Amino acid sequence: MADRPPIDVRVQAADFDVAAESERLARLSRNVGAIVTFTGLCRDEDGKLAALELEHYPGMAEAEIARIAGEAADRWPLLGLTVIHRYGRIHPGENIVLVVAASSHREAAFAAADFLMDFLKTRAPFWKKEHVAGAEAPSEWVSAKENDDQTVKRWSSSD
Amino acid sequence: MKLVYFAWVRERIGVPEEDVALPEGVATVGALLDWLRTRGEQYEYALAEPSLIRVAVDHVHVASDTPLGEAREVALFPPMTGG
Repeated sequence: MADRPPIDVRVQAADFDVAAESERLARLSRNVGAIVTFTGLCRDEDGKLAALELEHYPGMAEAEIARIAGEAADRWPLLGLTVIHRYGRIHPGENIVLVVAASSHREAAFAAADFLMDFLKTRAPFWKKEHVAGAEAPSEWVSAKENDDQTVKRWSSSD
Repeated sequence: MKLVYFAWVRERIGVPEEDVALPEGVATVGALLDWLRTRGEQYEYALAEPSLIRVAVDHVHVASDTPLGEAREVALFPPMTGG
């Protein structure tokens, strides 16, 4: 697409700063009137979970997130889009994923962030393994949810 | 051709990646999976449930009838659970 906004995709072990990332998109243009940020965190499942181990496919993870982000930018009038996905060992309360969508009006920013998260879950090559607190139980790979596959279908029936 | 494996597919096969010479006639992703299943118990175990195996060719998701063509790297992995 000719007029794609700046798209920033990062796959990293390090944490990210939500406020700083939002601020960066706010400064891109005086036409930015809406910024939606979505942060996904590691939860402890009521004390059961000690940590998540996120495995990823280096190279494809970046490429696939960039493809999904490009689709969002083709679909909504965005002024900037940032997606950061972490890998490695992540503890409850820590950040896993960040989507920041900037646009002139809120509808596009909300929709793009929602779309990004639905497709990240089903298409970005990351896999979570749960390390259980207490360490008696073996670590288990998280199973994909069938309703995640159903959720993405709403984006094809709506247009 | 380079094969790479992730998550429990990697654990069950027992190696993260390997180079293989495809036998003649293995021309699609589906045929590759069928052939891999004949290579030993660990492959049979890892690939037993076709509906749980996702495939990417050179970093792009593909369906099982996709021709392998000039593929350099084929990745096999379970349904993704990121985000």
